[in-house]
Amino acid sequence: MASEAETPALQVQFDTEAQQKDASTLGMWIFLITEVMFFGGMFTAYTVYRRAYSDAFAVASASLNVTIGAINTAVLLVSSFTMVMAVRAAQLGQRRMIVLFLVLTLIFGGIFLGVKAYEWNEKFEQHHVPGPSFHLDGVPQQGHAQLFFSLYFAMTGLHAAHMVIGVGLISWLIWLARKGTFTAEYNTPVDMVGLYWHFVDIIWIFLFPLLYLIDRHLPK
Amino acid sequence: MTEHIDSIRTYTVVLLALLVLTAVTTLVAFVDLGAYSVVVALAIAVCKMLLVALFFMHVRHSTKLTKLVVVGGLLWLLILLMLTLSDFTTRGWLGVPGR
Repeated sequence: MASEAETPALQVQFDTEAQQKDASTLGMWIFLITEVMFFGGMFTAYTVYRRAYSDAFAVASASLNVTIGAINTAVLLVSSFTMVMAVRAAQLGQRRMIVLFLVLTLIFGGIFLGVKAYEWNEKFEQHHVPGPSFHLDGVPQQGHAQLFFSLYFAMTGLHAAHMVIGVGLISWLIWLARKGTFTAEYNTPVDMVGLYWHFVDIIWIFLFPLLYLIDRHLPK
Repeated sequence: MTEHIDSIRTYTVVLLALLVLTAVTTLVAFVDLGAYSVVVALAIAVCKMLLVALFFMHVRHSTKLTKLVVVGGLLWLLILLMLTLSDFTTRGWLGVPGR
């Protein structure tokens, strides 16, 4: 135990590095659970309104580009893979590999956000943004369709905001990793940002089918 | 510290499974399953969530306390969804005048 106590990264209130790491992991998970409840309110609102206005929601959902959505889902899943590889490199203390995989994660995250920006821009051009100029063909109740797009922008917008924060955190990690902060003994920040990034991935895993896919089979 | 380090192979297999499930959920959405299309879409999403949580987020190797917090959090989400829906799905049942 003497060798562990000498590690500069160990804070005084902890007995061992393992205990310190477990405390960080638990704290991060409790934060993520508050995030689950935060997004949960939106998923609940979506469920309630989709039940109430299912016809308008089906047409509005079908107007989204499913190919782009599926490709973007794949991009985000790959970014989660590169993130977990960065965490693995950190556990093994491979500094160059940490930086490489973090940069790759940043690139895939950037592609996702770029595609999202393209999709949003398309909505503005097609007048699918809730407001005075809103119009969606094939829906008698324009207000119900506006509700779908309000939820679409709120949910994908909040998700994208989390992605932007994640991009910032990963940039910070790259800076620290280049300085040589992370070793096989101390890599908690990489692990915690990894948890955050995967959580954002999981939110998208639910957003994609709920916004893009449900009621696809209905005749147009 | 008994930190478990998964192999690259494990992570690659999980990624491939996630990508296959994404393709499956996209393709099956165009098949008419009636009311079950929602069930299938959500079941696949839950499978993907479990893969990401258990493998990428290392819940598999987490302490019992962390596992308890994760399950407890999902339980609260279920309470949020179920209590809200138990209200909205039953509002029309009693035929209250004015509704």
